[in-house]
Amino acid sequence: METPADLVAAEDVLLFVNAAITSTGQREFHSDAGEQRMSLDFLHSYMLGNYRDLYAATLALNINDHNAALIVRRLLESAKEATPEQRRTEGRLIARRLAALPPPRVYRLFRGLRRAGVNNRRTRAIVRDWLAARPDPAFDAVKYRGAVKSAVRHAHLRLDGDLGPFLFEPVGRRSEGFGSPLLEAWRRAHYEQSAVYDLPYTVAEGFAAKHGIDREVFLERIAPRLTRLERLRLQGAARAAGADSVRADPATMPLTRLATYVLSLPLDERAARRVELTAALRAAARRAAGTRAGTWGRVAAVLDDSFSSFGSTRKRRRPLAVALGCHFLLEALAEEFIPLWLSGGRDPLTRYPYGPTPLGERILDALEHRPDRLLIVSDGWDNAPPGLAGEVLRVWRARLDPGHRTAVAHLNPVYDAEGFDVRRLAPGVPTAGVRDAEDLPTLVEFARFAEGRTGLAELRAHLDARVRHFLDRP
Amino acid sequence: MTTTTTLELTGLTALPAQTWGAIRLVPLVRDEPIADLRLDARLYGDDLAAVALDRRTAYYAYIPHGFVATWTADGTPAAAYGTRLRQGDERRAGPPPCVSLRFHRRMARRVDRDRLRFLPLHLALEGYLALHFGGPAVVWEEWSHRAVSTGLSPRVEQAYTGAEVAGLGDALRVFEIHPGQCGVLLYAADALAAAFVVPHPDDYRALHPSLLHDLYGELVYHYATLYGPVPDFRARIADGAVYSLAGLRAEAARQRAEWADFHTTALAGGLLDTAYEVQRVRRMGPFALSRFLPPFHRRAEQHIGETITHEDGRLAYLKTFRLSEAQTRRGHLLTLLAAHDWHFGATADALGVSRDQLASRVEHAGFGALLRQDIRDHYRAAARALSQ
Repeated sequence: METPADLVAAEDVLLFVNAAITSTGQREFHSDAGEQRMSLDFLHSYMLGNYRDLYAATLALNINDHNAALIVRRLLESAKEATPEQRRTEGRLIARRLAALPPPRVYRLFRGLRRAGVNNRRTRAIVRDWLAARPDPAFDAVKYRGAVKSAVRHAHLRLDGDLGPFLFEPVGRRSEGFGSPLLEAWRRAHYEQSAVYDLPYTVAEGFAAKHGIDREVFLERIAPRLTRLERLRLQGAARAAGADSVRADPATMPLTRLATYVLSLPLDERAARRVELTAALRAAARRAAGTRAGTWGRVAAVLDDSFSSFGSTRKRRRPLAVALGCHFLLEALAEEFIPLWLSGGRDPLTRYPYGPTPLGERILDALEHRPDRLLIVSDGWDNAPPGLAGEVLRVWRARLDPGHRTAVAHLNPVYDAEGFDVRRLAPGVPTAGVRDAEDLPTLVEFARFAEGRTGLAELRAHLDARVRHFLDRP
Repeated sequence: MTTTTTLELTGLTALPAQTWGAIRLVPLVRDEPIADLRLDARLYGDDLAAVALDRRTAYYAYIPHGFVATWTADGTPAAAYGTRLRQGDERRAGPPPCVSLRFHRRMARRVDRDRLRFLPLHLALEGYLALHFGGPAVVWEEWSHRAVSTGLSPRVEQAYTGAEVAGLGDALRVFEIHPGQCGVLLYAADALAAAFVVPHPDDYRALHPSLLHDLYGELVYHYATLYGPVPDFRARIADGAVYSLAGLRAEAARQRAEWADFHTTALAGGLLDTAYEVQRVRRMGPFALSRFLPPFHRRAEQHIGETITHEDGRLAYLKTFRLSEAQTRRGHLLTLLAAHDWHFGATADALGVSRDQLASRVEHAGFGALLRQDIRDHYRAAARALSQ
């Protein structure tokens, strides 16, 4: 039997999950960074205070890294309030999640803990275990020297081998070399130009500036050591500097990042590289779809390319990139796919944020095709006219399709700081926050909870299953 | 040349409003853009500007930008000025950036054979300020020596720049411009604050941010600061009448039409239903630049503004400024005095008040210096005696 309190709890959890997927505390189109952070802070405190175990369990979901780090931090700060049983589960969840986070973010989290004076035994154990599991400690020590130093000090760790002297002794005092080649390269790079190219790019860049190495020469020679992301970020600047060997390969990039990259190109270049880019997007979408490819039947999608899909200068064209990613993923998932952009354009590759948001009319167009599924990817600001999309969906459900022949879901890439949730179109339409287009299938499944027809028990079961899967995954 | 007429938004359709806080923006879309007249913004910066109107009169104001209208005589499309290469001497002709006082010659000035520079809104505002500027036409005994010799000089009005209007900057930033949009009606707490229409969508995109530099009346400033968010006019479909998708679509279309109708009759009615006194300033090929003044009815929306209209009646350009209650009262008082040849008794009778009350009104409107000192004292004493 569901009590009202259970329903409220289910709603709160969904609200929080949507926020934790979409908000990164950065500026969005309609609200600034301060509003986003305040709103998010409140949600975190509220969840921690009221549903501690559910709060920890969200670490197992596809929430974004910013919120994952926040959750870990809050759990460690309030370790005293947890029962031993809770602590055990939390510890495993945290360790698992930290292993999946990018190292710079984890080091930033450790620094935050140090600054806040959080140094309980559990925190020290977590730092120790995480550092011990790093595949190449020497690499970390070179690339994140200050951060590693701070973490080691904070957790009172004893280092073996060269690492201790490397981190804590002044470099000038050391005349004999290090055993590890990377540490040795770092030592020699202080006075020898050729050693610079054996270092990770971010470290090498500092030494290159110190030695006054020409930018073109430097980029040309460091190219083999660039990571995929660095390559992507640098290739424009590198081409301008005349270093042609820095080239990102779009074929290996994940879907949403690839979509962001495509949207960052000028329209002429997108048109000129149409074949290559389309093939890369299709391949990424097929990888993301996996075994589900071609199983979704007739799918219609209403995709938002209105002016607000620009996002903000901090998250440039992010909402549009998610829509573009969803376009290709749905194409892979569907047997027959009907994409409808708000601007009326047909070519997904040359979309850019412009114009109003006539969601209502475009949903009508989509429903005319009688799809099995209708997906709407939009920030939920419906303005031409306001509220028409909600009305169309409501009347459609009530009068024309009471038997749920067409499944409708709304995916929203933008957190609305004022409403403490992603904006909804209509009460009857399940809405879920989305950060990466790749998560679309799981989110559509998750969105059914948002329809208000399933209660806490079912949601808890779903979360438990996800947590088990998350913890037991190899 | 002066005529009396109402404003019409010929060729423009109102689309659903977008709101942000207390600001509501109603886009106006043209089916067919006017291609043979183009507007271009020219920024002047933050300096105080002086405009020489004629040999003896000058107009001082904060003028952040001017518009340049370019047109072609034969109706062929003209390229926007901003997209053309500027000629060398033209760029040099621009004022140097460090002069703190800038002189403009005339409000509207021909800068080239087919190009006219005018200062938006100031054209209208100057028309309002110059209202019966000369002061009394007949030397009745009540008027002071100063009133007779110098008239209403100087006449001063205050306005706020858009940057000072709460929420306007954000509202303009998040506003989603429609394809084909050529204008916007700006409401603050659902009071019509300004209307802005340009000939071509490209001009509109370029000039959309200029709304932030514009002048707004104190009423707009206060409404935007004091009022909370305005409600959206959300679409509502009565589901009883819907049996098919086509029916649903028809209902959705009806929502749009109803909004446009409601907007032009109810929301913008105050601007469009008034009879204005229109004064033509300049002809530019088939176009005419004019400014207009309202009848100064108190306790009603009163806008001053300027228009460019085509011979065939299409509205190519419109910019309005909403007068505050006090400004309307001043205009009303001046028109009334002028209508009665500045005769004090006749004006008081027309207003249905005593001469003492009229004198206090003139003083409260800020025109006290126009009355003779002894007469002012006399009326003041009379008013005091009455109140005791």
